[in-house]
Amino acid sequence: MTTTTNKNYDVLSTSPVRKGVPEKATGQAKYTGDITLPNMLYGAILHSPLAHAKIRNIDISRAKNLPGVKAVLTAKEVSNLKFGHSPARFDETALAVEKVRHVGDEVAAVAAVDEQTAREALELIKVDYEELPILLNPVDALADNAILIHADHPCNICQEVHNEVGNVEKAFAEAFLIRTDTFANKKSDGACLEPQAALANFDLSGNLTLWTSTQVSHYVQRTVAIVLQMPVDKVRVIAPYVGGGFGVKASAGSHEIIAAMLSMNTHCPVRLVLDREEVFMHNRARHQFYHEMTMAVDKTGKIIGHKHLSVLDGGAYSSFGIATIYYNGSLLHAPYAIPNMRYDAYRVFTNKPASGALRGHGGLSNRACFEAQLDMIANEMKIDPVEMRIKNSVQAGDTTASGYYLSSFNMRECLKEARDSSEWVKKKNKLPKGKGIGVSTSYFVSGAGASIYRTDIPQSTVIIKVADDGNGVTVYTGSNEIGQGSDTVFAMMTAEILGLELDDVKVISGDTGLCPIDLGAYSSRQTLMTGNATKQAAEAVRDQILAKISQRYKIPVSEFQLRGGRVLGTEKNQEELSVIRNRYMFEHRHFTNLVTSGPLTFSEVARLIYADSGSILGKGTYRPPDIQYSKEWKGSVVGASPAYSTQTCIAEVTVDPNTGDLTIDHLTLAHDCGFAINRKSIEGQLEGSMCHGLSEALFEEMIFDNKGRQINPTLGDYKIPTTMDVPDMNAIIIESNEPNGPFGAKEVGEGCILPVVPAIINAIRDACGVVIMELPITSEKILKSLKAKEAAKAEYYIYKPPAAADKILARAAELSKGSSAR
Amino acid sequence: MKKYIKLNINSTEYELLVNDNETLAQLLRGPQLNLTGTKQGCELGDCGACTVLMDGKAVNSCLVLAMQANGHAITTIEGLASNGKMHPIQEAFINAGAVQCGYCTPGMILKAKSLLDVNPNPSRKEIREAFVGNLCRCTGYFKIINAVEIAAKGQANKEAGN
Ligand code: FES
Ligand code: FES
Repeated sequence: MTTTTNKNYDVLSTSPVRKGVPEKATGQAKYTGDITLPNMLYGAILHSPLAHAKIRNIDISRAKNLPGVKAVLTAKEVSNLKFGHSPARFDETALAVEKVRHVGDEVAAVAAVDEQTAREALELIKVDYEELPILLNPVDALADNAILIHADHPCNICQEVHNEVGNVEKAFAEAFLIRTDTFANKKSDGACLEPQAALANFDLSGNLTLWTSTQVSHYVQRTVAIVLQMPVDKVRVIAPYVGGGFGVKASAGSHEIIAAMLSMNTHCPVRLVLDREEVFMHNRARHQFYHEMTMAVDKTGKIIGHKHLSVLDGGAYSSFGIATIYYNGSLLHAPYAIPNMRYDAYRVFTNKPASGALRGHGGLSNRACFEAQLDMIANEMKIDPVEMRIKNSVQAGDTTASGYYLSSFNMRECLKEARDSSEWVKKKNKLPKGKGIGVSTSYFVSGAGASIYRTDIPQSTVIIKVADDGNGVTVYTGSNEIGQGSDTVFAMMTAEILGLELDDVKVISGDTGLCPIDLGAYSSRQTLMTGNATKQAAEAVRDQILAKISQRYKIPVSEFQLRGGRVLGTEKNQEELSVIRNRYMFEHRHFTNLVTSGPLTFSEVARLIYADSGSILGKGTYRPPDIQYSKEWKGSVVGASPAYSTQTCIAEVTVDPNTGDLTIDHLTLAHDCGFAINRKSIEGQLEGSMCHGLSEALFEEMIFDNKGRQINPTLGDYKIPTTMDVPDMNAIIIESNEPNGPFGAKEVGEGCILPVVPAIINAIRDACGVVIMELPITSEKILKSLKAKEAAKAEYYIYKPPAAADKILARAAELSKGSSAR
Repeated sequence: MKKYIKLNINSTEYELLVNDNETLAQLLRGPQLNLTGTKQGCELGDCGACTVLMDGKAVNSCLVLAMQANGHAITTIEGLASNGKMHPIQEAFINAGAVQCGYCTPGMILKAKSLLDVNPNPSRKEIREAFVGNLCRCTGYFKIINAVEIAAKGQANKEAGN
């Protein structure tokens, strides 16, 4: 089910088979862990078993003497230069220096002739630790006398934010209704099916080649070069096929640097593949958030003020967290018009694996809290939840309170389509007992306006080279294909502009040795940013071809067009055409299947140009336009984007009143992606997001014991949905024409996860009068709430986060007292 | 301890020297065979990425010791296409958009084959039940279930001579 903008395209807006998919379906696609090199060694990492400890001594002598072991490294042997995600917050080293900060911190590394020997060697390394007090939750970490996880961060505060726009107190004084709620999610993992892996080959000329399962070849190249003190161009990072990323592979990891160090040390290629437990220990996925939100509405149900107090449990390192804490504030500035907003937040270090970015970065848990609260208010005021959202919605042409300009924004269409296709009107308040329907909306960025390190370089450069014999083109981009289908999007754009078939376009991506710089696959930036650069590069190729033919024919460029593999218009002068064609046919006289009639082909003309002046190259670059954001709202640059997507989810559920068992019966998701480039891929993103959102709503939680050890580090115990958990779903593509997007396109991969969790929460309330404000939603929580509701003979029961969450938020409130927002 | 075993892999007979603690997945992916189309997502039997067919039945090859496979016939994803033509299940997965990152795909396709071999016309519910041990993080399973349905229909049509 879709709505379509009517444009006359040959390749765009279709549903082709994606690039690389036949290779994946036949087992030919090589992922990093599938690649072997001659003389390759196997790497393994020794992780800290303790959550917080000083390293007194490491004895590697026995490990070194094990036959088959080629290198044993500790911080003593290697570069201790710091790295991380935000350049201002480099706080990690490849191997632990003096202390470990979480279970899983990397302490030593081994390279050996086979994997078993490498793992055996790890067991022979003796580390003498001095245990330190462990801080596992923000309230302990924020205590005045708490031990510091990083010496330079008092109270273990990694970052704090205090923002205000408008006048919140005044709005609250004028409000008709004010409501405060708290909410918490759980620390989750990316659970990409392919574990992180790296294969490093440091050759005799001093060049390092690193194959790695990454979303960001460029950042990995740069980070490895910094730590190993190498010129950037001596490091070549190649992302082969990548088995999913979702954010956890969006910055350089220690395993990549360690693989390189082991290769440098042994002069052999070294492959290092994390096992599933190590994937969990590396983590870098969604933070655990705590929220207290207060919403003020006027008597018509319009939101006039909003206060948000939040704490982010960041784990042991900064990782993406500086961006996360700002997104956690700014991703509430739409899709509703709220003139007065206040945000106070703390990201806190704890002795757990670092949290980072995950699909819908910084926008999932806050959205769930906000939308659940909005629904409760709508309910109290007897306003239909869909109407409540339409009433408060922003639309294209509006500027949010944080100063973001919404150049396209079909939120109302999303709401209406989702409402109609799910038969909301027929179902809302009319379903049998135990069945419920719930709605939520949200919005997201199409790429971060600012790059991660301060730079003036374009965010994307793309080069397109026409094959020298003229048969098709190759697109070179640093932009990473991680399974989301980006290669195909760029190929489709190129094929459209050059009038070629999709098969005529090859894409080489994610290889820093061959491709110009692109910042990579994160913040849902590729379709818009790399897409714009691709479009420009393809147009540059097209223009050269048209200019040449126009010159030759001595008629204006506008008389020619590239379409269907031909240069249309060349049939206008048969004499000229024959000269060019005969020449081509003579040169290719031993080939078969030559074209003998109709307008000149792309190949014939391209070969003509090659004969004249060599390869035809087209270049495109993209840097975001001057993006608007409010200087008043500090950090609103995080969240400022050239375009914003918006989406609506409607969930239908059944709750068993006797057991609390929850069944998700159906999900509908309508998403405004601008112009739809690859329709089947977009549906795939929507469906994947519905499943991923359902997963975070119902299942995902990394559970730790009181020593900071994760007790569920397997895909059996850390639950993600199976075929049995996912209902049938309806993915609805809503189009708009985004002026900053190539062909009007914008993001699809991330925003669509955001409304899924609150739609489920709201559907449960509709089904049984229970509002679950702590993820994951389990049948135990529902049953407990149903009993409590019954005991109190109340119409509703709110399942709140535990008392510990209140303490955390109270401490944050205390700390932020008197903090000025401006 | 090392020992020689005999395996029929994708219709070719092999005699291979294996370690007693080596899994079938490690053997397939290792230097002797290099059949890396079989993936490993967990090595604990949780994800199904390592699914191969042993005597036609789907097994998690990370849970089978190479020595236990001695004398059996194994089909991996590399053995599914014949005469340069993809198996209809592979085509169905490709055309239905059931492949995103592709890491679960070889296991999914082999699981589909084992299902359709015994139940050529499964309902959506039966497909769901059969695939419960094969995780996919990307697709939400919707198009995977569609692909299995399409493959089943394709086979039925072929048998009816259409
Ligand atoms: S690798 Fe065998 S089930 Fe996951
Ligand atoms: S396609 Fe990525 S795990 Fe299934």
